[in-house]
Amino acid sequence: VTFLSALGVLSSAIFSGTSLLYTTLGEIFDQRSGTVNLGLEGVLLVSASAGFSVTFITGNPYLGVLVSALAGGLMNLILGYLTITRRASQLASGLALMFFGFGLSAWIGRPYVGARITGLPRLPLPGVSALPVLYRSLFQFDPLIYLVLPAAVLAWWLLFRTRWGLGLRAVGESADAAFASGRDPRLIRYQALFVGGLFAGLGAAHLSIAYAMNWTEYMTAGRGFIAVALVIFSKWHPIRAIVGALLFSGAVAFQLLLQSSGIHISPFLLDTIPYVLTIAVLIAWGGTRRHSAPASLGRVYQGTE
Amino acid sequence: LNGLLRYGLMIFIALVLFGLILLVSGRSPIGSYRDIFTSTLGSAYGFSEVLVAMTPMLLTALAVALPSRIGLINVGVEGQLYMGACFATWGALTFSDLPAWVLLPGMALLGMIGGGLWALIPGILRAMGLVNETITTLLMNSVAPMLVSFAVFGFWHSPMDTNKTPNFAPSARLPTLFGTRVDLSLLIGLALLVLFWFFMKSTRWGLEMRAIGGNPQAALRNGIPYRTYVISALCVGGAIAGLAGMAQVSGFYGVLLANFSRGTGFMGFLISWLAGGDPLGIVVTSFVVAVITSGGNLLQLTRDLPYAMINILLALTLFVVLAKPQLARRRKPA
Repeated sequence: VTFLSALGVLSSAIFSGTSLLYTTLGEIFDQRSGTVNLGLEGVLLVSASAGFSVTFITGNPYLGVLVSALAGGLMNLILGYLTITRRASQLASGLALMFFGFGLSAWIGRPYVGARITGLPRLPLPGVSALPVLYRSLFQFDPLIYLVLPAAVLAWWLLFRTRWGLGLRAVGESADAAFASGRDPRLIRYQALFVGGLFAGLGAAHLSIAYAMNWTEYMTAGRGFIAVALVIFSKWHPIRAIVGALLFSGAVAFQLLLQSSGIHISPFLLDTIPYVLTIAVLIAWGGTRRHSAPASLGRVYQGTE
Repeated sequence: LNGLLRYGLMIFIALVLFGLILLVSGRSPIGSYRDIFTSTLGSAYGFSEVLVAMTPMLLTALAVALPSRIGLINVGVEGQLYMGACFATWGALTFSDLPAWVLLPGMALLGMIGGGLWALIPGILRAMGLVNETITTLLMNSVAPMLVSFAVFGFWHSPMDTNKTPNFAPSARLPTLFGTRVDLSLLIGLALLVLFWFFMKSTRWGLEMRAIGGNPQAALRNGIPYRTYVISALCVGGAIAGLAGMAQVSGFYGVLLANFSRGTGFMGFLISWLAGGDPLGIVVTSFVVAVITSGGNLLQLTRDLPYAMINILLALTLFVVLAKPQLARRRKPA
C-alpha cells in the first residue's frame, strides 16, 4: 500500500462523501424538528434530475445547483403539507413521497438520459500546484466540496446558536411545550423541512452536476437511506455527521485499496458497513434516552383544538 | 357506500392531477386513461396481468398488517422479501433434481425461514427493549439486497450474465393457473388473508394480540407474554414477506435477479397502512394499486413514457388519500 493509493482513497471518499454529508445535514434539520423524512431517496432523485436538466438546457451548472436545491425544498414541502397540515402518518407520507420521486425524476430526466454536460469546474486545492501532476489531479475539487464543511458548520450554527434553531429543537423535543411557550410548531416544522430540503438538494446536485455528470434513473442508489442511517450514527449532530460521512464513504473507497494490495473483499459486503455500524451503535446505546434522539421524533403534531 | 364514494372521488382527483402531467408531456390524458383501463380491466389477459401484479402485494401487506395488530411497525418487508428470495434460490439451485412436490414446499419453507430470521433480529432487539423495531427493520432493508448481490455476483450467476442466476429448473417453478402468468401464490396469499382474519377473530392468540394492541401495559399485567408475542409477530410477518420473495423468484421471474424488487415491500407497508391492516381492505387496495402499476407498462409501450412514471399516478393517489380531503362539508348537528 503506497502513500499515493492511500491519498487516492481519501480523495474518492471526499468525492462520494460530499453528497452524503449534504443530504445528512438536510435530514438532521427534518428530524431535529420532529419529522422523519423517509422520502429522502425520492427527494434526491427529483433534485438530481431537475438540476441536471437545467444545467443541460442553460449550460450553467450554478443555475443547476440552485434549481436542484429549490427542488429539494419544494419536495420536502409536500411532505410538510401531508404531515403538518393534514396530520397524515410520517412514515406512510414519506414512503409515498419516495414513490413520487421515482416517477417524477424519471419523467423530468427522460429527455436527458445519456446527455453530457460541463459540470461544476474543478479547482485545485491552494498549495498543491507545487506537487507532481499525479498528486495534483487527486486534489482538484469542485466548489460544492469546498463548501461542504462550511455548510456543516452553518447547520450547526443555525441549530445550536440561533433563536430559530432553539425553537426548532424545542418543537422536535415537545411540540406541545413549544406551543405553550409561544412558538408555532407547524410553521417551524415547515421551515425546517424547507431548509432540510435545500441541503438535500445540494447533495443531489453534487451527485448529478459535479460527480457523475450524467442522469440515470435511480442514480442515487440508496443514498437517501444511508443518510437516514448516518443521522442516527451521528446522533443528530451536524459536526459528528462530517466524521460519519467520511467513514461511510471511506469504507467503499477502502475496498479499492484492498484490491490493489491483493486482498479481495466483495464490494457488496463493504457496502453493508454503514448499516451494520449504525445498528451496532444503536445496540450499544441500548434503550437509554441519552442518545439525544429528538423526543417527539415521528409524532404528528395534533394541535390544540 | 359513502366510503366507497369518497375513495372514488379521491382517485378521481389523482387522475386529474396526473392527467395534467400527461398533457404537459404532450400526451392525451383521456386517450391514455382509456388505454390503461381497457388494457387492464377490459380483457381477460389484462385482468390476469393485474392479478399477477397484485399477488406479491397481498403477501407483503399481510407481513406488515400482522405485527401492526400489536402495535409493531414493520418497515422492513423489502429486506425480508430479499432474504426469502435468497434462501429459496439456494434451495432451487442446490436441489434442482428433486421432484416439484418436494422441492416447492421446501423452497417455500426456506423462504419463510430466510424472511423470518431477518425479522428475528429486530424482534429480539425490540423485546429486550434495546432498539425500536422501526429503525432496525428500516436499516436492515438496505443490507438484504446487498447480501443477495453478493451471493449472485459471487457464486450463483449464470455463465452468460453476472447479475442473475441460471433459470430455475421446471420443478422449481410455481405452477401457473389457466395458462396465464397468474401463479399459485395468488391463492396462497388469499388463503393466508382469510386465515389471518379467522385467527384474529376466533382464536385465543388473536384475542391476546388484540389485547396487546389495545393496551400493552394492561395486557402484560394480565399475564399475556408480551415479549413472546413481539418476537413471534415480527418473525411470522418476516416469514410471510419471505414467502412473497420465494413466490417472486419461483413464480414470477423463475430466476434470481440482483435488485429485482424496487419497493414491493414498501408498497406492502403503504397498502397495509391504507387498509388499516384489514384483510378485505388489503385485497381491495392491492387490486387498485395493481391496476395502476399494470397501466405503467402500457404508458411505456404505447405512449413512449418511462415505466417509472406510473409511480407519479400511484403517489398522487396516495397523497390524496393521506391528505383526507373534506369532500363534503360536515354539517354540524343542530
